[in-house]
Amino acid sequence: MSFAILATEPLAPQVTRFRVSAPRVARSHRAGQFVIVRVEANGERIPLTVSDADADAGWIELIVQAVGHTTSVMAGLGAGDELPDVVGPLGRPTDVEAYGTVAVVGGGVGTAIAYPAAVALAAEGNDVVAIIGARTKELVILEDEMRQVAGQVIVTTDDGTKGRHGFVTDALADLITERTIDRVIAVGPIPMMRGVAEVTRPQAIPTVVSLNPIMVDGTGMCGGCRVLVGGETRFACVDGPEFDGHQVDFDILDLRNRAYLEFEACHRQEPSDAHA
Amino acid sequence: MPTRKERLAMSRTAMPTRPADERRNDFEEVALGFDAGAVVTEASRCLLCRRPPCVDECPVGVQIVDLIEHVAEGRFAEAAEIVAADNSLPSICGRVCPQERQCEGACVMGRKRDPIAIGAIERFVADYIPPAAPAAETTGHKVAIVGSGPAGLACAGDLARAGHDVTVFEALHELGGVLVYGIPEFRLPKSVVADEIGRLEAQGVAFETDVVIGASDSLDDLLVTHDAVFIGVGAGLPRFLNVPGEHLIGVFSANEFLTRLNLMKAYEPDSETPIIDIGGLPVAVFGGGNTAMDAARSAVRLGAGSVTVFYRRSDEELPARREEIEHAKEEGVVFELLTSPLELRGNDEGKLTSVVLQRMELGEPDESGRRSPVPLEGDTFETDVSLAIVAIGNAPNPLLTNASPDLEVGRRGTLVVDDGGATNKTGVYAGGDIVTGGATVILAMGAGRRAAAAINEYLVGA
Ligand SMILES: Cc1cc2nc3c(=O)[nH]c(=O)nc-3n(C[C@H](O)[C@H](O)[C@H](O)COP(=O)(O)OP(=O)(O)OC[C@H]3O[C@@H](n4cnc5c(N)ncnc54)[C@H](O)[C@@H]3O)c2cc1C
Ligand SMILES: Cc1cc2nc3c(=O)[nH]c(=O)nc-3n(C[C@H](O)[C@H](O)[C@H](O)COP(=O)(O)OP(=O)(O)OC[C@H]3O[C@@H](n4cnc5c(N)ncnc54)[C@H](O)[C@@H]3O)c2cc1C
Ligand code: SF4
Ligand code: SF4
Ligand code: FES
Repeated sequence: MSFAILATEPLAPQVTRFRVSAPRVARSHRAGQFVIVRVEANGERIPLTVSDADADAGWIELIVQAVGHTTSVMAGLGAGDELPDVVGPLGRPTDVEAYGTVAVVGGGVGTAIAYPAAVALAAEGNDVVAIIGARTKELVILEDEMRQVAGQVIVTTDDGTKGRHGFVTDALADLITERTIDRVIAVGPIPMMRGVAEVTRPQAIPTVVSLNPIMVDGTGMCGGCRVLVGGETRFACVDGPEFDGHQVDFDILDLRNRAYLEFEACHRQEPSDAHA
Repeated sequence: MPTRKERLAMSRTAMPTRPADERRNDFEEVALGFDAGAVVTEASRCLLCRRPPCVDECPVGVQIVDLIEHVAEGRFAEAAEIVAADNSLPSICGRVCPQERQCEGACVMGRKRDPIAIGAIERFVADYIPPAAPAAETTGHKVAIVGSGPAGLACAGDLARAGHDVTVFEALHELGGVLVYGIPEFRLPKSVVADEIGRLEAQGVAFETDVVIGASDSLDDLLVTHDAVFIGVGAGLPRFLNVPGEHLIGVFSANEFLTRLNLMKAYEPDSETPIIDIGGLPVAVFGGGNTAMDAARSAVRLGAGSVTVFYRRSDEELPARREEIEHAKEEGVVFELLTSPLELRGNDEGKLTSVVLQRMELGEPDESGRRSPVPLEGDTFETDVSLAIVAIGNAPNPLLTNASPDLEVGRRGTLVVDDGGATNKTGVYAGGDIVTGGATVILAMGAGRRAAAAINEYLVGA
């Protein structure tokens, strides 16, 4: 079994959207779930969020940022190429209820991971406010798509080349003083998710973060993806990847994600953009 | 033919094994197996008991006497057919069965001398694969098998022979379950497992990897497209110690450590999957079962400076196969018995640096009949460690059972089944570690075969 790439589209420097034939995943997928992909023989198994899916046509979409070896090799593939393995959908779907006003905060490629949640929340009747941030103008992704589902879209860039100058956390801090926000979903680099959780903690606004620990199997078998949430060990691949941001121990997540830095440094093909 | 007295005087034929100094540097198989001469010599020691206790202790009742008699006469192909009648994975069981607690443990020769090397004989004859019995006429019934471990493979084989249309669904990208992601190459070469799978393919069994039942498709989806389902998803949920410091870099479950090595081949230079660099550094393994031995011996092969197994009971209670314990010792693994980890400690970078251990003594026997370890108050010590592997057992993987709330689950997360493996859901059967909790290859295989018989009866009547 292999999984044909049907189309690719560059979204930003180092960021590509892939449409991949994966009928089983497409049929069962819900917002917030991911797949584990292998890109080459002897390759690593890497987790990637399903950003869109069409059950009838049997495809899924993945938005991938080239940060290291596997994602860089994948970036070199195009329509007609095949992925040896795509398995899923894995993880628990995003909780989608009628909450009222939900702020969906995406940092960097995290915007791609947050996008399906925004779609699902809007479909459930929520008023979605999207805050999408990036280091610089060219790295802002999915702005048009977000405008289709969100009543308000706030773009921030670290260098001020587009939208508001500053971090998504600054924009969120202002937003929650301006209007009532009933729930926040934040996806992005660890410092950003930690920052978001701190912004919403004083008012105790329910805040969901999507964690990205290193994974191997993605089915609960290896325990490599374990995270500490509310003092308890949880496996992000089966109990998550979304958890209560106010309960997550971000220090441990950050430490554990650095486990293979030296190994990756030897294998890197492109400069890393992971902590943008 | 040697006389009875001569037989009693013969000593057990040693299994040819690569020297420890050589094998500790690679992942190639350690035990090389008998040749035709050695296997006949060993078989000729057997007393061919009229009421053989060895057979009673084999979980699947291999006709050991008949087998050995044929081997002693050099009739290997017929011997292979005798084994195949009861054991669908003889080349695997011959290598990994805990023989000293099963067939060989009961062998009468063991009372005065050494037991007959039944496992090694079985391993030898498994190379003489009997031609696959022609499948019965196709029944038109479709059966789905979930999980490609020994339980699923054995079930698939019997159902295919009965003429059913069988598809095995496996979550990982390779087939074989623990046989490929857990048990290392040096103990069970992947080619042996691949051969077994190739034979099943030749019998018409279809395999689909990258399918997680309960996620990619539900159990109910399978029941729409199939007439019966067998669940053999194993016990793949790693237990942790629940001591401080378990999140440090350098602390692994044995499953993750072994999966990186075996499934992802992290020890090969062209593998993209990283494994922590432990060259020259001290490694600790917690636990005393086969998984602990496999982890410890793998760490030796990665060039660890030292490898220590910390186990909370004594040598006698070590649950691993004796052969693996002996091999581990030969390879330089140190055993610190009657110790239990209290805390893992690390540096500013979050990397593991040491472990604090509690010394134990053996108290009263517990429900398992084994004497339970009791802490020796105040007797603790700390030792340097750069990699710690937690191998204290696995619980049933809850993914499928959580996704199928109508399946009856026992207290420990195991599936509840009757003697034939039927669950409470019509047409759904289960066996192996998902029913028993972590057990053995032979028990999983036996359960798969019993379920195949029950499924066949369910589909076509007795
Ligand atoms: C549930 C989940 C969903 C994800 N969804 C997406 C997605 O939709 N799109 C996308 O581009 N990425 C996603 N990621 C991150 C993606 O899996 C990693 O970028 C990828 O594994 C890196 O592999 P590599 O071989 O290219 O890089 P490596 O060489 O392995 O690593 C390069 C850099 O990436 C960092 N890194 C390694 N693993 C991860 C990880 N799991 N998460 C974050 N950083 C990591 C390393 O520390 C290093 O700095 C997701 C991760 C998780 C856990
Ligand atoms: C390291 C290690 C060493 C061992 N050594 C020995 C030994 O020397 N001798 C011995 O007798 N026993 C040994 N055992 C135990 C033995 O391997 C197991 O008892 C046996 O493999 C159980 O077989 P099983 O078919 O029930 O499950 P498994 O072998 O666990 O196979 C289950 C399969 O199902 C797949 N799966 C799980 N969930 C799903 C799903 N939802 N959908 C699709 N597929 C799924 C898994 O990926 C896996 O491939 C060892 C175990 C380990 C971990
Ligand atoms: S299957 Fe295992 S227990 Fe049975 S005879 Fe063979 S080695 Fe012994
Ligand atoms: S008990 Fe030992 S000696 Fe007797 S038949 Fe079995 S293997 Fe042979
Ligand atoms: S990735 Fe292995 S348990 Fe989550």
